[in-house]
Amino acid sequence: MKLGALNYSELTAGQRLAVKYFSVAMVLFLAQMLFGLLAAWQFLDPTFLFEILDFNVNRMVHINAMIVWMLFGFIGSIYWLVEDEAGVPLVGVKLGNIVFWVFTAAVSVVVLVYLLVQGGPGETWSIWLINEGREYIEAPRWADIGIVVCMVAIFYNVFATFTKGRWSGISGVLVLDLVALAGLYLAGMFYTTNLPIDQYWWWWVIHLWVEATWEVLVGCIMAWGLIATLGARRRIVTTWLYIEVALMFGSGILGLGHHYFWIGTPEYWLGIGGFFSALEPIPLVAMVVHAVYDAGKHDFRSTNHPALAWLIAHAFGNFFGAGVWGFMQTLPQINLYTHGTQWASSHGHLAFFGAYVTIIVAFIYLAIQKLRGDVWMSGGTSGAWRWKWSMVLLHVGMVGMTIALLIAGYEQAFVERAVGGSTWQAYFEAQLRPWFVQAMQWRMFFGVVMTAGVVLLLWDFIRIGVGETRAMRKVA
Amino acid sequence: MSDQNSPGTHGQQSEWWASESFWRKCAVYVTGFMAFVLVILTFHTLSVIAAGADAGRVPAYSVINHRIGYEYDEQRSYQVPVIGPEAPLFGEVLSEDEARKLVDLGKLTVQARNCMNCHTILGNGAYFAPDLTKAWLDPLWGNEAARELLMTMFLKNPASNARTFGSNRRMPNQNLTDEEIRGVIAYLKWMSAIDTNGFPSGFTPLPQGESS
Repeated sequence: MKLGALNYSELTAGQRLAVKYFSVAMVLFLAQMLFGLLAAWQFLDPTFLFEILDFNVNRMVHINAMIVWMLFGFIGSIYWLVEDEAGVPLVGVKLGNIVFWVFTAAVSVVVLVYLLVQGGPGETWSIWLINEGREYIEAPRWADIGIVVCMVAIFYNVFATFTKGRWSGISGVLVLDLVALAGLYLAGMFYTTNLPIDQYWWWWVIHLWVEATWEVLVGCIMAWGLIATLGARRRIVTTWLYIEVALMFGSGILGLGHHYFWIGTPEYWLGIGGFFSALEPIPLVAMVVHAVYDAGKHDFRSTNHPALAWLIAHAFGNFFGAGVWGFMQTLPQINLYTHGTQWASSHGHLAFFGAYVTIIVAFIYLAIQKLRGDVWMSGGTSGAWRWKWSMVLLHVGMVGMTIALLIAGYEQAFVERAVGGSTWQAYFEAQLRPWFVQAMQWRMFFGVVMTAGVVLLLWDFIRIGVGETRAMRKVA
Repeated sequence: MSDQNSPGTHGQQSEWWASESFWRKCAVYVTGFMAFVLVILTFHTLSVIAAGADAGRVPAYSVINHRIGYEYDEQRSYQVPVIGPEAPLFGEVLSEDEARKLVDLGKLTVQARNCMNCHTILGNGAYFAPDLTKAWLDPLWGNEAARELLMTMFLKNPASNARTFGSNRRMPNQNLTDEEIRGVIAYLKWMSAIDTNGFPSGFTPLPQGESS
C-alpha cells in the first residue's frame, strides 16, 4: 500500500467489490438529484418538458434511483465489513462479481425503459416488461425476479464467509436481517385487482424495508463503523445493537399500521398503527445516545474525521427525519388531513437523507481511506474544506427543502383538506396560494444547493487523501 | 482492531439488565411476538377486505351497477360510502365477472401508465395532481347526467379538456383506447365505494339522484 496513491489492486476481493458498488451508487445519487431537479422545476413551470419527460417519469426515476443507490450502498458497506468481521477472505468472489455486473446492467435497462418507453397498454405484459406502476417498486416484474436472485447470491457470499470464518453479534443480526429484507420484497411481487389488498402488501415492502429491516441493517453497519472509527468496545456496541433491534422491531413491525388507516382496512388499525408508530422514534433516540456517547467517550479522536462526522449526522438525521418528522403526522387524528400532502414529501426527504444517505457516505469515506493506503484522515487533512463544505451544503439544502415542503404541507392540510374538503377545486386552490408557490420556489433553490453539495462531495471522494504522506491515526 | 474487540471475546460480567445475553433474548422474543401478531392481523384483515366480503369495506366489483354516495354516518361520526339504487355505468348492467374484468382493465391501465407518480390513490402516490379516491364523486363533473361523458372526453384528450384553475398544470395525453377509458372510469367508480374510515374528510360529492 502506498500512502496517498490509488491502491485498488491491493484491496481484498470484498473491498474491491464494495468499491464497485459504491461507484455505481454515486452515479445513481447524481441521477437522483438531476431528476429531482427536473420534477421540482415542473412544479414551477408545468409546461417544462410537457409530454416529453412528464412529471411522473422524472419522479419515478428520482425515487427509484434513490432506492437502488441506497441498496447498492448497503451492499457495498456489507462487502466492506464482511471479511474484517468474519476474519477470512470473501467466499464466492467470482459469483459476487458476476452478480454485480448483472445487477448493474439490469438497473441500466430498467432506467432506459422508464425514460424511453415510459408506459404501456393496460395489459399484464406491461407490468412485466415496462413499469409496475406502484410507487417505489415500479421496477417491472422481470427486474423484481432479478433483484431477488441477486440478493440471494449476495446473501450466499455473506453467509458463507461468516460460516467459514467466525460469527459475532453484529454478523448474526446482519444475516437474519438480510433474510427478512429479501423475503419481504416477495410481498410486492404479485398483481391483484383488489386495490386495498394491493396496497396492504405494497406497504409490507415499503414500510417493513425502510422503517424496519433497513433501520436494523444500518444499525449493524453503524455498530461496525463505531468500532472501526473510534475503537468502541465490541461488547457495548453489540449490546446496544440488540437493544435497538428489540425497540425497532418492537415498535416498527406493528407501526406498519399507520399505513392502514385509509386504504379500506379495518378500523382497529387506527389504534394499533397510531400507538406503535408513535413509539417508533424511541429506538432512534437510543441510536443517537449510543453514537454520541461512544464518540464522546473516545474524545472524538477518530481515525477518519469525515466518516465520524457523517456517522453522527446519521444518528441525528435518522432521529429528526424518520423519528420527529414521522411522528408529527403519524397519529390518525392528524394524518387524516396530512396523508397525501407535501407533508409526507417533507418527511420522506429528510428521513431518507438522515437515515440512509449519511451512513452510506460515512462508509464511502472509510473505503476511500483504505483505497488511499490507510492515509491520515483525522484533524488537519489537506483539502478538508471540501468534505466540510459538501457536508454543510448537503445539510443546508436538505433542511431547506424539508422546511419548504413542510410549509407547503401545512398549507395543503389546512386549505385543501380541512377547509376545502379535498375536492379537486380545493386541491388546485391550495396549489395556487402564495405559501405553497413560494415553498416550491424555495424547494427548488435548496435543491440546487444540495446538488452543489453532491458535486463537491463526489469531487472530494476523488481528491481526499491524494498526496497525503501521513499514515492513519491508530485507535485504542 | 485490538484483541479485546475481536468477535466472541467477552469482557467483565455486566448486571443482567445490561448484559448482551439478556438483550439478545429480548430482541428475539420481541421480534418473534410482533411478527406473530402481524401475521394473525394480516389473516383477519385480508378476509375482511376481500371484494364483496360481508364486512362491506371493499365492495364487490358489480357495485359499479349502482349509484354510489358518500354520506355522514352518525354512528361512526364520519362520511362513509353509501350504495344506492341501480345506476349502471354506461347504461349497461354487468355481471360480477364482467364488472371485475372491466375494473381489472382499469387498474392495469392506471399501473401501466404510471398514474401514481402524479396522482395519489387512496392518498398514496405523488402530489403533483389531485387524489383519485373520490374522483368519481368530484363535484367538478357538474352533475350525474354529464359525468360519464365528461370523464370520457377528459381522458380521451386531457390536455385540451383540462381545468387547471389557472395552475397551468395539465394532464399529459395518455393515448388511452376507448376500452381502457371505460376500464379506468369503472375502476374509479369502484374505488369511490371503498370504505376508507372517513378519508377524505368533509368532502362534498357532486349532486346525485333526486336532488340533481
